[in-house]
Amino acid sequence: MSILHYNGGAIMAMKGKDCVGICSDLRLGIQTQTVATNFKKIFPITDRIMIGMAGLATDVLTLDQLLKFNCNMYKLRENRDMKPEAFAALVSTLLYEKRFSPWFIEPVIAGLSEDGVPFISGMDLIGAPEVPDSFITAGTCTPNLNGVCESFYEKDLEPEQLFQVMSQCLLAAVDRDALSGWGAEVHIITTEGVHTRQIKCRQD
Amino acid sequence: MSLGIRATNGVVIATEKKVSSVLVDDSEYEKIQLITPSTGFVYAGMGPDFRVLVRNARKSAQKYFLRYREVQPVSQVVRESALVMQEYTQSGGVRPFGVSCLAAGYDDDGPQLYQIDPSGAAFGWKATAIGKNYINAKNFLERRYNDEVELDDAIHIALLTLRESFEGEMTEKNIEVAVVTSDRVFRVLSPGEVRDYLDEAT
Repeated sequence: MSILHYNGGAIMAMKGKDCVGICSDLRLGIQTQTVATNFKKIFPITDRIMIGMAGLATDVLTLDQLLKFNCNMYKLRENRDMKPEAFAALVSTLLYEKRFSPWFIEPVIAGLSEDGVPFISGMDLIGAPEVPDSFITAGTCTPNLNGVCESFYEKDLEPEQLFQVMSQCLLAAVDRDALSGWGAEVHIITTEGVHTRQIKCRQD
Repeated sequence: MSLGIRATNGVVIATEKKVSSVLVDDSEYEKIQLITPSTGFVYAGMGPDFRVLVRNARKSAQKYFLRYREVQPVSQVVRESALVMQEYTQSGGVRPFGVSCLAAGYDDDGPQLYQIDPSGAAFGWKATAIGKNYINAKNFLERRYNDEVELDDAIHIALLTLRESFEGEMTEKNIEVAVVTSDRVFRVLSPGEVRDYLDEAT
């Protein structure tokens, strides 16, 4: 059993037209037993950047605190918010600093630049970055997620359409994974703000 | 003497490069140094102390780039150098740096000019001078400077100000001039370019 499969979870981010979406399931388990159905894995960093983390739950929570610390210090020093690309570079650096005793998480970053240009990025547990044009997945059901996203993704989806596509993809993927599911949350980030919705889904 | 002027579309810094003897090979020594692609420093005071500061500032800027994959903003470059200079005023076994630095750069907040003193105090300036006869130079600048000045005019004013306190003939061989514009590239002007500006200024 891999440490990254101990608590279970699924994260996915997708680019749209002048918007990005990031979604996750809400399950927290201890191997096969489900312990919570309201465990958030996506955290806001600035008004326009959110990070989702799949993997060991304790590291997910700790990294959220560590990243908030770093971003707050940055904001105090530089009097401005971090850009999404800089934030992704920071996450990569922080993960690689623990190259030989890693954080057991796989981050997914979704953000909008100052001018509203969408940005998504994902990494492995030691910080190898990927900056795709379409979507990024992480968690215990990445084969499922990659499959459905590849089938249903289209370029330049409007925020509402993006929400629909992401929700359907997430639900289809987690329904075939024992360790993910038990609720789902989708955030759509646009220049107006973040629209968060919880999806009703199978509770098994 | 070194001076700097901030224009609406860039910054110019200039310095006199006096050598102690005609035997010195002055092409080898540069007073104006690049710190990041968008920021440069010039100094007045002790050259060796300046070298140490430049080395520190460059390393710190590279560390910033490694961490954030972004060019370090001018204000942050200045902040870190100022911090180092302050530490040397409050630590054992060291003495304060014998230099005042002028930092010129262009970032998301536009063109900026800063002065950093041996105390570690850092100030932003629209135009300033440091070193020999700096008071006269600043008075000259106060009269000549206005908020709408553009880079070409600023270079012109910089050269005139430099000449005010220059002993002997000022040529492109005994001064250094550097600019950074909205393209965010800090560069030292070649002797040929300096000569062209000098000819205009005559």
